[in-house]
Amino acid sequence: MADKLISKIPDGPLAEKWTKRKSEIRLVSPNNKRKLEIIVVGTGLGGASAAASLGELGYNVKVFCISDSPRRAHSIAAQGGINAAKNYQNDNDSVYRLFYDTIKGGDYRSREANVYRLAEVSAAIIDQCVAQGIPFAREYGGYLANRSFGGVQVSRTFYARGQTGQQLLLGAYAALNRQIAAGTVTSYPRHEMLDLVIINGQAKGIIARNLVTGKLERFGAHAVVIATGGYGNTYFLSTNAMNSNGSAAWQCYKKGAYFANPCFAQIHPTCIPRHGDQQCKLTLMSESLRNDGRIWVPNNFDDVHKLRSHDIKASEIPEERRDYYLERRYPAFGNLVPRDVASRAAKERCDAGYGVNETGQAVFLDFSDAIKRLGHQRVAERYGNLFDMYEKITGSSPWEEPMMIYPAIHYTMGGIWVDYDLQTTVPGLYAIGEANFSDHGGNRLGASALMQGLADGYFILPVTIGDYLSHKFSEPKTDIKSAEFDEAEKEVQEKIDKLFSIKGHQSVDSIHKKLGNIMWDYVGMARTEEGLKKAIKEIDELKKEFWSDLCLPGTQYEFNQELEKALRLADFLEIGKLMAYDALNREESCGGHFREESQTEEGEAKRDDENFMYVAAWEYKGEDKKPELHKEPLQYEFIEVKTRNYKD
Amino acid sequence: MEFNLKIWRQENAKAKGHFETYHISGIEEDASFLEMLDILNEQLIREGQDPVAFEKGHSGPVSFDHDCREGICGACSLYIDGRAHGPDDHVTTCQLFMRHFKDGATITVEPWRSAAFPVIKDLVVDRGAFDKILQAGGFISVRTGSAQDANNILIPHDTAEKSMDAAACIGCGACVATCKNGSAMLFVGARVSSLALLPQGRPEAAARARAMVAKMDELGFGNCTNTRACEMECPKGISVDHIARLNREFLKAKFRQ
Repeated sequence: MADKLISKIPDGPLAEKWTKRKSEIRLVSPNNKRKLEIIVVGTGLGGASAAASLGELGYNVKVFCISDSPRRAHSIAAQGGINAAKNYQNDNDSVYRLFYDTIKGGDYRSREANVYRLAEVSAAIIDQCVAQGIPFAREYGGYLANRSFGGVQVSRTFYARGQTGQQLLLGAYAALNRQIAAGTVTSYPRHEMLDLVIINGQAKGIIARNLVTGKLERFGAHAVVIATGGYGNTYFLSTNAMNSNGSAAWQCYKKGAYFANPCFAQIHPTCIPRHGDQQCKLTLMSESLRNDGRIWVPNNFDDVHKLRSHDIKASEIPEERRDYYLERRYPAFGNLVPRDVASRAAKERCDAGYGVNETGQAVFLDFSDAIKRLGHQRVAERYGNLFDMYEKITGSSPWEEPMMIYPAIHYTMGGIWVDYDLQTTVPGLYAIGEANFSDHGGNRLGASALMQGLADGYFILPVTIGDYLSHKFSEPKTDIKSAEFDEAEKEVQEKIDKLFSIKGHQSVDSIHKKLGNIMWDYVGMARTEEGLKKAIKEIDELKKEFWSDLCLPGTQYEFNQELEKALRLADFLEIGKLMAYDALNREESCGGHFREESQTEEGEAKRDDENFMYVAAWEYKGEDKKPELHKEPLQYEFIEVKTRNYKD
Repeated sequence: MEFNLKIWRQENAKAKGHFETYHISGIEEDASFLEMLDILNEQLIREGQDPVAFEKGHSGPVSFDHDCREGICGACSLYIDGRAHGPDDHVTTCQLFMRHFKDGATITVEPWRSAAFPVIKDLVVDRGAFDKILQAGGFISVRTGSAQDANNILIPHDTAEKSMDAAACIGCGACVATCKNGSAMLFVGARVSSLALLPQGRPEAAARARAMVAKMDELGFGNCTNTRACEMECPKGISVDHIARLNREFLKAKFRQ
């Protein structure tokens, strides 16, 4: 079955691959596009931009989201910005440099050709968004402003205050609305995909639950696009929205799509620390804060103890008693090292006993130098809304005392395996944005998720999907009364019935919290063989507990949020296990995946290129059977693979 | 902390709703309002397992819309003690913290009340009307791929900032829920104004205002009588100045007709 992993990367020089591929792709004439139906699941940046662009091209599109409106997708919460190789700052940026930074930031575990294409189309994204009326930050001369982000030495990030994701999503949502009004796209809000339907080996539709009536509904198409984001909520506590889930992607996996690099999860260094056991969600503070904020902890235990007992304020600790540990360890990049490096460094200091809040799990992010250097007004323009948000949540003002931050699960680089055309191992099934695995390797750089979502949705998928559809227009509309649909709906119905029949004692959330603890302890920032084996065992036990002791109130045929959560948790339990499998298999440290067995004497991550320079693509083999590992070797033809170095 | 929660319960759109009162204790001051409701739901799920509770028609956990819990997605939508998003200023319900309430207080929680937002269940309403208004014209008609270089049209810093002020709208519906007329003028004004301020949005500015206002009227939203209550309760502090700009664009469209 290994021959399924054909990446379809075009031959030729790196900079010409995308042009070459585009020229090979077969076209569909306008009158034939009208005959073709496409299902897009998810309405974040990837899904909304794809659905809108496909609608503009003349395809018949059905778009699904679980919220009451496409605009609520979690892309809306991205704060800091979007990267593009515009070189407006004349700081010697280029497509090549954005490509190189992304490959390097991803710790050499992503495909050269995909990443180069991402950098190549990045500039057009900014053009498109400005034309849509997105109010990016401007300089006084009226030109677009930029800022810097972690892991790079140029300023290529475009932003709209601390609400860049919101503005980009509202742009894509507006484009989508325009197509809905034009009749090319039909929108199905409050619908959740519960299964993928495959006919003759090809993706032909979905089973969705209408979340208001509770009924199962069938939708057919010539192709299905998954744009449902990542699976970070496996950890229960994360910066993902409460309803973000991995279920749509997981159904695809169970129907034959390979799932790639599941263990690559990103832990974001700048989140507001936990406050207690009643919490269900962690709040991110934008990485852009690291442009001007300096991260530190005291360099002595005396101050640490005084901080914890509130006998001293952070601002009272003099310079010589502070340890700006990122600046100390990584002089070349300082506070702007990539996220995985910054997160691990925070954990290292806290594990060594220097954490600064009651739980000992926090470090300072300090703006006092920036306020002195730039003045109150300029700091307020850049970060005012983030400061307000921090103060609302914690009751402490960053203008007076440094913020406290700690790492939290934020993004998943792993996802459904796709080829260069973004097609999965199931013909007719595509995956875009965070839902696929393709561009970020072991670690995603800041401001690159928005870039990838929109690159896939506006400029890549609408082109590549044509190649598949070009020989489908003569096929009749998919028959939703076929045996395959009957079977898929029956399976979903049985699963729902089974959940209601358990009548146990534990709520969905209480089991999810247990899963979260296992994941964070053993599949979190530092992983060991022993811990991962333990995690697999404990997840198995928890899964049994879930299927024997779940308490699910209400009925199917009503608006029932507990049922929604139960269906998602059933999948998170399986996703968590696959993550642990993958982490156990990858006996190296790489990007966000840190195996304690594989580190340098200085405690830096140690990759093993000889044995692990591949994409781990997992194939589902059936309930409670071990999934099969397929390897897609990564070949670096155009860059030299090095040890990541942010020190000099 | 402990509280008595008087919460609106309604089985579905057609059912008649009523208030039920619950007691809750052991809440941390730093817990958010929605975390407090999560804890209440845990309690209600536990109680619901009791067969006696079932016979008595136990209503089960409370349904409420929520998602990002960071104040940006606009999903949460609770009317708390007579105010949209509760007693703190410039926050959504998810960013409201229990330290703003007195220990032992009775807190009343209702859904948005507006003819244009029918209740789906308990505290969840259907805000699909907002999508329909935006579909009527809340966009700039640009095809994917046809844009020129982003720096070709200069936009003064302050103009972009003003446009951003309006674009900060999260579409939560607090303005409609607060307005005694159930008007959506702040929502429509924010979108029209944000786009009309930018050179890219000018060509369609008047037509956009006309189409969106017409759709708003058609969907059963009320008229604006300038009470400015919407501005007071908007979690993003969107100014009624944007309604004035909407009116200017709307009048231009009328004259042209």
